[in-house]
Amino acid sequence: MRAELLDAAVRAQADKRPVVLLRSLDSAERWLLDPSETPDGLEGLPDTLRAHCYEALKRDGASVVESDGQRYLLQTISPPYRLLVVGAVHIAQALVPMARIAGYATTLVDPRPAFATPQRFPGIEILNAWPQDVMDEVSLTSRTALVTLSHDPKIDEPALAAALRSDAFYIGALGSKKNHAGRLERLAGLGFEAATLERIAGPVGLDLGGRAPAEIAIAILAQIVKARYARE
Amino acid sequence: MATPAVTDKDPGDILSLALEWHAAGKRVALATVIKTWGSSPRPPGSNLAVAEDGRFEGSVSAGCVEGAVIEAAQEVIATGSQQLLQYGVTNDEAWAVGLACGGQIEILVERIE
Repeated sequence: MRAELLDAAVRAQADKRPVVLLRSLDSAERWLLDPSETPDGLEGLPDTLRAHCYEALKRDGASVVESDGQRYLLQTISPPYRLLVVGAVHIAQALVPMARIAGYATTLVDPRPAFATPQRFPGIEILNAWPQDVMDEVSLTSRTALVTLSHDPKIDEPALAAALRSDAFYIGALGSKKNHAGRLERLAGLGFEAATLERIAGPVGLDLGGRAPAEIAIAILAQIVKARYARE
Repeated sequence: MATPAVTDKDPGDILSLALEWHAAGKRVALATVIKTWGSSPRPPGSNLAVAEDGRFEGSVSAGCVEGAVIEAAQEVIATGSQQLLQYGVTNDEAWAVGLACGGQIEILVERIE
């Protein structure tokens, strides 16, 4: 396969656009479907194969299709799942690298410059801003998980409100049962229905029993993974 | 805490890494799971990148067939011809290389040009 084609696929993925790589298994022919480009990359292909490629844009993974007695591999190159961590606290320092290992593109939001530093969080996107000021830019899609960890309602709750208005597949909020009850009450005051508020996992994380920051991070990440596959 | 530059979970990372090696002047082969039957550990689309200097990242199984795939990848790097590999309990190679889980996989190995 030509490096240029693979490079175009990786760049589209970084731009958060799904593309489909089509490889002949009987020859060295390769195509890349990028619907945002004109032409779309499928020139010269029969209609049935084109239709298969466009269909594949809507899902993840790879499959083999046959056309005119030849076999082809269809592979969807999707943008990665994303995790938004609100609150640059000790638990976040464990959660962020773990989430990256699990394949989540991770962004950290905290308006306090002393907390969200590149020294404490090397190599990740840090937004030193109030969640209410950035939530419009940070697109929360059905491939996004959000977890609030700051323990400060001024920071956590605007983020939770934005997540509740989105298709985010997971919303978690750190805090005790008592804290969580107060949080739900305040969010209800903003007009959120009880059924909507049930989307928030709180107290956050699967109950693994651990209390150390890294152990809580594992419990949160485990709950995110579970939520992602429960949906499929 | 150091964060890993690459993992075997995110296909984008393996592809990026393969491109990085290629851009650095190394010859590189890419192995991709194309089909699985029964209980195979890695789904279609999973990637293993192999460089001519022996470095590899990613996976196509739980480690059961990687050794054989890397060997085939070196051949693909040398010849430039893509290969289709099949592994499973019914395969002739079952004695040497196979999936302990009883599944079967088919893998495409191609050189990055």
